[in-house]
Amino acid sequence: MKFLPDQVVARLQTEMQTPDLSGTRYRALKFLGRGGMGSVWLAADAVLHRSVALKVLSAESSSADLAARLMLEAIILARLEHPGIVPVHDAGTLPDGRTFYCMKYVEGHMLEQHVGGLGLRQRLQLIQRIAEPLAFAHSRGIIHRDLKPQNIMVGAFGEVLIMDWGLAKVMAAFSESIPAGQAEGQEPARAMQGPLQSVALASGNTTAHGSVLGTPGYMAPEQERGDVNLIDQRTDVFGLGSILQSAIQDKTGAQRSEPLSRPLWAICNKATAAEMSARYSSVQELADDLGRYLDDMAVSAYQENLFERTVRLVNRNRVAVVLVLAYLLMRMLFILFSRK
Amino acid sequence: MAPNQQGDAFPLTRHSVVAAAQAHDPQERVRALDAITSAYWRPVYKYVRLRWRLEREDAEDFTQDFFSRLLEKDFLASYDPAKGKLRTFLRTCIDRLFLNQTRDAHRQKRGNAAVHVSLDFEEAEHELAASTQAGSPKDYFEKDYFEKEWVRTLFALAVERLRAQCQLAGKTMQVTLFERYDLGDAEERPSYAALAQEFNIAVTDVTNYLAFARREFRRCVLQQLREMTGSDEEFKREAQSLLGVEPK
Repeated sequence: MKFLPDQVVARLQTEMQTPDLSGTRYRALKFLGRGGMGSVWLAADAVLHRSVALKVLSAESSSADLAARLMLEAIILARLEHPGIVPVHDAGTLPDGRTFYCMKYVEGHMLEQHVGGLGLRQRLQLIQRIAEPLAFAHSRGIIHRDLKPQNIMVGAFGEVLIMDWGLAKVMAAFSESIPAGQAEGQEPARAMQGPLQSVALASGNTTAHGSVLGTPGYMAPEQERGDVNLIDQRTDVFGLGSILQSAIQDKTGAQRSEPLSRPLWAICNKATAAEMSARYSSVQELADDLGRYLDDMAVSAYQENLFERTVRLVNRNRVAVVLVLAYLLMRMLFILFSRK
Repeated sequence: MAPNQQGDAFPLTRHSVVAAAQAHDPQERVRALDAITSAYWRPVYKYVRLRWRLEREDAEDFTQDFFSRLLEKDFLASYDPAKGKLRTFLRTCIDRLFLNQTRDAHRQKRGNAAVHVSLDFEEAEHELAASTQAGSPKDYFEKDYFEKEWVRTLFALAVERLRAQCQLAGKTMQVTLFERYDLGDAEERPSYAALAQEFNIAVTDVTNYLAFARREFRRCVLQQLREMTGSDEEFKREAQSLLGVEPK
């Protein structure tokens, strides 16, 4: 028997873990990372001669239930045709029995990397753009449930994409077009894997009441409590609020020179309120409030006093105020000189 | 995309060697225990040499003794696949046997009459020397050393199986390329183009032959794994963590 050195054993093990794409149109090029239920591979599509990303059910979490859940993720993505949501091209089972889906390969940066060089205004605008595909998904009855900076990508053309819909929930009213057995109640779970540290304590075909799904630090209180039935779009408002908080608090390690104002903190606090009823009712409402803040208008989350209101109005109408002040000054000087 | 039907499926209904070792038919039991011995003796020998710091001769005796007892004493009868992995069970047995022998302080040396498989301790000793030169000393005392050696043996036996199957099917080029490219030294690893030139074939042939050999190797590993595990459940778990597949 031939002795296999450690490096050969390691190489064979890696080789074995590469998805078996023989007989398919894809050829694995590079391991991209681990996320949600599976590993993601850069692959070459031999038919269309382009690079694609393959999400393959990970070995450890491989089971019929999780295979169905990965397929549900693909179906959800296919339903969400939006520039801010990565499109799915194909889905199926690989020769080694693992479920996979093929999606667009996005070349870009994770949100955390991207915001490093941005000022506060640009960061807030970025949060507004994240809200767009999210609002679209909500309009289709899909709740993401795992919003965090690691699941947001900024593409090569500056487009913002929400990734990893493995925990997405299909609301009851919108579940008609989901195949039987994969609709409401059958909610994708994920194993605790790698840097994402998502928690999956759910099992079986349905996410039972009491199951905790999400990522610590970005998870809404109702998720932490396992109140699955309470989850609605306000859960994603919390997630987006957490991303906003992380972006303006410079958790990215970047330098921020602008001081944070009370209205902005109020927006964060309202978005991440522990009580669902105290949050914005939709991500669009949150985005609108951010828009008002950026336009120096009164935000719904903060009741300003007379002084703050005056300062804001002066800031907002700086040119007009300067002109009025200049006119008044000239008028005063004119009166003074005319008396002499 | 239509799934490839040939896949790496391995019938779960096939009885594992462990199940056969617990069978009533003596011949079936001996054959099964020989298979277990072939798969596990190297990890056992190396483990006791390093973990329990046994001298070479003592480690040889211990290994012989261990597998003789496995055959004679129905050790495996107490193994419950539902409770854990076979290799964890075996490692626990090794540790217990060693501690019992140390406590009794009068170890009875047994001949290798009961062990039908030829145990090449000389070769195992060379392998041990090679691995101890490569690794740092603390590695040898890691809890998973036995597991690492088990994986090494699994792959090595799968390579042998692949070689035998390819020779039988007249696919020697495939296995030769596999050995040159995938089992070769990382620093001297030839390119596909160099291999094509060396064997006077097209580069696409190298790609295809290697893809075939890897697919077959994967299948051989699964076959070997099936024989080295105690239950379908354990087999599935091992296949998932080791190879990243869900066997059908």
